[in-house]
Order: sequence, then C-alpha cells, then structure tokens
Amino acid sequence: MIDFLRQFFSDPRFQSGYDGIWQRISEHCWYSLIAFLCAAAIGLPLALLTGHIGRGDGPIAALAAVGRAMPSLGLIVLLAVKIGVFNFNAALIPLVALAVPPILLTTHEGLRAVERSVVDAARGMGMRPLQVLFRVEIPSALPLILSGLRTAAVQVVATTTIAAVISFGGLGRYVVDGLSQYQYYQVVGGGFLVVLLSVATLILFSVITRLAVSPGLRRNR
Amino acid sequence: MISFERVTKRYPDGTVAVNELSFTAPDGAITVLVGPSGCGKTTSLRMVNRLIEPTEGRIAIDGTDVRARPAAELRRSIGYVIQHAGLFPHRTIVDNITTVPRLLGTDRRTARNRAHELMELVGLDPALAKRYPYQLSGGQQQRVGVARALAADPPVLLMDEPFSAVDPIVRKGLQEEFLRIQGEVAKTILFVTHDIDEAIKLGDKIAVLREGGVLAQFASPDRLLAEPADDFVEQFLGRDRGIRRLTFYPSAGLSLQEGPVVAADTPAPSARDAALSAGTPWLLIVDADRRPLGWANPAALPDQGPIGNARLIGYGHAFVPGSDSLRAALDAAVLSPTGWAVGTDGNGQVLGVISQESIGSAIRAAHAQSSTERERADEKAAAADAAPDSGTAAEADEPSAADSAGSEAPPSDEAPLEQAR
Amino acid sequence: MIAASVFDLPSYVQHSYLGLLGEQLEVSLGATLGGLLVSLPIGQACARWRLLYPPVLGLVTVAYSIPSLALFVFLIDYTGITDTTLFIALALYSLCILVPGVVDGIRTVPPEVKLAADAMGYGPARRYFQVELPIAAPTIMAAVRVATVSSISLMSIGAVIGNLGGFGQLFTTGLRSFNLSLVWLGLFSLVVLALLCDVLLRLAQRLMTPWADRRSARA
Repeated sequence: MIDFLRQFFSDPRFQSGYDGIWQRISEHCWYSLIAFLCAAAIGLPLALLTGHIGRGDGPIAALAAVGRAMPSLGLIVLLAVKIGVFNFNAALIPLVALAVPPILLTTHEGLRAVERSVVDAARGMGMRPLQVLFRVEIPSALPLILSGLRTAAVQVVATTTIAAVISFGGLGRYVVDGLSQYQYYQVVGGGFLVVLLSVATLILFSVITRLAVSPGLRRNR
Repeated sequence: MISFERVTKRYPDGTVAVNELSFTAPDGAITVLVGPSGCGKTTSLRMVNRLIEPTEGRIAIDGTDVRARPAAELRRSIGYVIQHAGLFPHRTIVDNITTVPRLLGTDRRTARNRAHELMELVGLDPALAKRYPYQLSGGQQQRVGVARALAADPPVLLMDEPFSAVDPIVRKGLQEEFLRIQGEVAKTILFVTHDIDEAIKLGDKIAVLREGGVLAQFASPDRLLAEPADDFVEQFLGRDRGIRRLTFYPSAGLSLQEGPVVAADTPAPSARDAALSAGTPWLLIVDADRRPLGWANPAALPDQGPIGNARLIGYGHAFVPGSDSLRAALDAAVLSPTGWAVGTDGNGQVLGVISQESIGSAIRAAHAQSSTERERADEKAAAADAAPDSGTAAEADEPSAADSAGSEAPPSDEAPLEQAR
Repeated sequence: MIAASVFDLPSYVQHSYLGLLGEQLEVSLGATLGGLLVSLPIGQACARWRLLYPPVLGLVTVAYSIPSLALFVFLIDYTGITDTTLFIALALYSLCILVPGVVDGIRTVPPEVKLAADAMGYGPARRYFQVELPIAAPTIMAAVRVATVSSISLMSIGAVIGNLGGFGQLFTTGLRSFNLSLVWLGLFSLVVLALLCDVLLRLAQRLMTPWADRRSARA
C-alpha cells in the first residue's frame, strides 16, 4: 500500500497541470462546497419551518428513507445521459438532491427534540415566534443540526468522487482513470486523498461544533 | 388585580375546559387555583397571558382587557413560572435570568446586576451564576425560574405548579422561601396547584375548581376550611379540617403561666411551695439559661436539696407564642405526656407554660371571633353589592384572623383567656 | 409484452437480469447479515463496559465517513476486483450503522426488567436471548432496516471498479452505450428492491415482537 502511495506522489504527471494533485483537490473541494451549500440552502429553511411548527414528521421520515435507497451512481448517470451534459453541472442536481434528506431529517428532529417546557417558557416570557426559533430552539438543537450538516458534507465529498465517471474532474478522476489505465497506484492515490478530505471535513465540523455549541448542552450522551 | 369575567374555553370537539369562570384576584396577594385534573386550572392560567385564548368572557389586569395589547408585549409584563422551570439549556443562569429585561432593551450591565440581586433574593449561591442549568438540582432550577420571572419586575406573576416536580422536602423549603420572597416583593400572583395543602399554605385567596372548569368556591383558606360550599369542596379539602384551621389562629394572645417554672438549683421545699401557689399539678424544671429540661411531679421531689436530680418527664417540643399558630401550641400540649405545653421565645428560653385545656378555651374564643368577623365581612360584601359601583366585591372578605385572639375578645359567654387554669 | 423485453438485457451487459438480481441480493443482504452478527457482540460489550463506547463510536464515525469508492479501491489490493471486496466493505458500513443501533437497543432494556429476570432464576444466556434481545429488537431492527437499504444502494457503486455491483452495472453499461432505458431499469430495480426489503423487515419485526408498541419504533 505504502509503495503505491509513494509511486503516486512521485509521478510527475500528477505534480501539476490539469491532472495535478492540488488541481484535483481544489476542484473536488470547490464543487463539494457548492453542492453542500445548495443542499443546506434548501434543507435548512424547510426543516426549521417544519421543526418549529411541529408538523411533517411522517413525510420527512419517508423522504429520508427514500433518499437512503437512491443509488448515487444511478442518479448521476441518469441525468448526465438524459441531458447529454458531461461535466459537473449534470452531477450537481443529484448531489444536492441526495444531500438534502440528511439535513432535513436531522434538523427537523433536532428542533422537535427541544424540551417543550423550554419553548413554553420562551413564549410565555414574551418572545415572538421568530425570536423563539432563533434565540432558543436553534441554539438548543444545534448539536443535532450540526451533526446532520456533517453527515451531508461527508456524503457530498464521497459522491463527488463518483461523479468522475461522467468525466468530471476531482479526485475521483484518479480512481476512474487509474482503473481504465490499469494503473493501480493511481487508483490508490486517489482513494487515499479522498479519505484525507473526508477526515478533514469531519475534523472541521468537530471544531465548528466545539466552538458554536453552548457548553450548557455538552452533557454526556 | 386580575379579574376573570365569565370566562369560558370551549374546544372544537365540544370539550369545555373552563365554564363561566368569574373571580377577582386581589393586588399584592397570592390567589391559588386548585382542583382535580381536568378542572381547567392550568387552562385558566394560560388564558391570562394569552397562551390560550378564551372562547367567551373577558380577562382584565387592573381593568385593562388582556387583549388590548399584542400578546408578546403583554407577556413581557407578566412573570411566568412553570413546572420543570423551562430554563434555556444553552444559556448560563445569569443569562437566563436577564432574558426579559434584555428583550425589553435593558443594557447588559444593568440587567446582570439585577440578576445578581435576584439570585440573592431567591436564595441562590452567587457562585452558580456562570453555571448552566444541567449543573443545577431541581430545586435550584426552580429558584432560577422564579428569579427569571421577577427580573423585569412585573406586577403580575403566573405560576403553574412550580413546586410539583421536586421532592417533598425540597418543596417545603421552596414554599417557605416563596412566602418570604412574596413578603418582600408583594406581587399579584395567580398560582395553580393540584395539592390542596399547598393551596391552603400559600394562598391568600383560594379558587376551588371542579371538573369541567366550574368554580366551586372562592374564599380565604380559613373560610374555606370553616365553611366548604358543598360536598365536592368538603371531599377535596380532606380530613382534619378543624385542626388544619388552627394554623390560621395565632398563638400571640395566649397567656402563659410562669409560676410552675423553677430553676434546677432551687431547693426542694421552695419548689413544692411554688407548685402549691401556682396550683398546677406539674413543675417545669429549667437550667441556668432558662432552657427547659423536663417536667417534675411535686410529690416525687426529694425532701431536701436542689431538685435538679429528680426524675424528669420529657416535655416533647416547645412552641413560640407569637410566631407559631394555635395548632403548634395545641400540638405541643398534646404531645407532652403531662398535657401541658412549654412556650419559649425565639432563643429557646422559657416564657411560661400553658395547659391543653387553656389552649382549648383560646381555640373556642378564636372560633367565635372568626365567625363574627366573617358575618361582618358578609354584611359589608352584601352592602357593597347593592351599591352600583361595587368594584372589588369579592375582596371585601374578612382579613385573616389577624391580631391576637385575645385582645379583641368579644363579650361572649366563653371564659376570657386571662383566666387560665 | 413490454415487461418481457425490458428485462431482457442486451448481451454486452454480460449478465442476465436475474443474474444481476441474484448478485445484488447475495452481496448486499449477506453483508448486512454479516455486519449484524459482528455488531451484536461488539454492541453488547459497549453496553456492558461503558468506557468502551465513546472510542468505539468515534472509530465508527470515522470509518463511516470513508467514501465507498475509496474503500473498495483499498481492498482491491487484498481481495481483488471481486464480490468479496464489496462484501467486506458493505459489511463494514453496516457495522457502522448497527453497532450504535445495538447499543441503543440494549440501553432501552429497563434495569428493573433484568433484575426481575435474575430474581426469577434466568441464567445469563437465557436472559440475553429471551428477555434482553426481544426488548432491544425494535430499536435494533430499525438500524437493520437502515443498514439493509444503504447496503443495497451502496453496492451499485461497485460497478465503477469493474464487472460487479449488481444493478449498478446497468448504470455503467448504460453510460457507456448511452442506453437510457438501462439506467432507468437499474434505478427502478434498486429502489423497488430497497423499499421492498424495508417493508419485509418491518413485517418481520411485527411478527417477531407482537407485543411491541408500534409508535415507539421509528423509521
């Protein structure tokens, strides 16, 4: 394994240029970020609404189940072949669509899990509904909300890798090209980098959670 | 004051939670809504700050309909305390308490100072200020809840079973602290509980509600115990009404005898003389600090020498005339094997003794005075009703059996208190 | 009939429809089952020795974040481009879902119930199988459903590395030959299969634990 990696990192092909490691990493990061932000922009507001109101438990759970059942590869290929476009834009829609359910589900559940007496006290004290949402419910539900976002982020990074099959760049390119060129070391290199990226995302979210979540919520669960 | 005028709450499926409820909660006093589950007490409470809207009727605070203002604004002028406190878990204790002042625009420094004052008022250790709710016990959390409700100094406080979720010992402490705090802040309080004993202990006025949201009786605790309106109220009050009523009669007017109290170093013959002149069957032996040691039978004293070595009968516990009620005095007398109660001052030094029989006379006198006062109050209320601007008719009830039962003893055929046995 | 012709796959797919179905079921269900068997003792250990759980949970969270394609790729070195590679990877992912599920399930058993069982004379093994597992079953089954559905859909990614991945191969072949209907077929089959398994598992759960409160078992 180590030998493969050494071979990968010393290959001049990947030092620079469109096939270079940094190029691929930044492509991957950039597109993952875009997809993630789109998914968050759709999922968060919707879930904040349903969670605050307290409706939609059933439909959201069903949506989450269907989202889990959807094969990412299939959706990407479908859209690409259908509209005949073979770059990131085709993959964007499935990527976002698959990332929305975890965000939706976890944010909704997080809000619903806030103790009723806390919300009652907030209303009884004279907070308007939006104030209750932003000053009380969201901060209380923050650990769960962030964990949902984290799951979605990791998922987006993983699925972006697969988008390489439709000739998009990113780190998946190494895997796909390596397989078709029978260069296993390239495949391993790509896989390794993707794992690094995923772990980096995990770490990033851990740090954000540590910083953003109130110490009062840090009970051992 | 808070007035309910024929307030009704009917749900779409036909259930009537509150049915034509009318009463007035007086200013600066604790009015308790009590009743079995399903009697609409919590619903009624939540209609005051419009968390629930009435179907019919009107609720007014100091004459202004609660619907006159936007709900959120109304609620900021009313303190709200609930079971399980409902503290914000993501904020420190101080930040929890400063919530409403900050909502109203007070700057942080002033709000924080007020929070610290309030923490002291409710008996919280200042070290807890920076902690988070999960680090506090149930009782402490409830105190924070009360502090939070008082932060913006609202004239009105709504409390929904605030002490029900803690264990009985903590609850007792909280109730007593609460009465102390109310003594200092004198808010108009509407308090909901399912526990009739808590209602009697805390309430200046009690509204007993029946299932279906119907008012069964609205009266002071003393009158409630003395004259329950119907079978339901009587059942709900439970047993021992007579004895429980005694808590409302102060023991201040009792006259204690000092004759039978002798120091331990008194020589026996003097002691026997004291017993004879006092005419009591027992002597109370006290130590050099005048603290009670026990009862002694004069006949069983040694012939000579100090009586300190005689066999003593335990006195049980003492009562403090003035701050304790007649119930405490009676209990002390009944508990004592001799049938006599020991009265001490706040420091435990003996003031005198009194027999069960004398306490009995005092009780009867207190009853007589109380019923006379009730009659007078009823007459006044009837007269006020007849006049057009009756205003606060319901609050013209009698003041609690206030001053000493002895000072205003009406010329009844009961033996005056002075004449002890 | 359309149905007959739809399920007749072009020869360049190198499998028949039923063949793909068989492969799909064998690998994904087998992997979930394998994951379950391993997760039961691990979960039990974590529930018993509380200090064990946080590190295990951390490990599981990190492992689950490894993109499936990357994991397949790493395993190729050891097990080649075969179904075994997929099997191991899918089993690992199922483990990541099932261990927390098992631990949560065991934690739902009230301690008083265990005490009562002991007091009545249940031996440890009997207590485990006849008292604890049945009570933990609803929660565990919920996790099993999630793991099964995930395995079925994740397996399709295996098609990227070679001639594997069950219905996933319909995607890669469809891509290469621009055959949209193949892709639709693949999608349809996978989703239907996944939902079918979900329903069947729910049914099995009801049959196993008729006494359970339906409302508490969540999706």
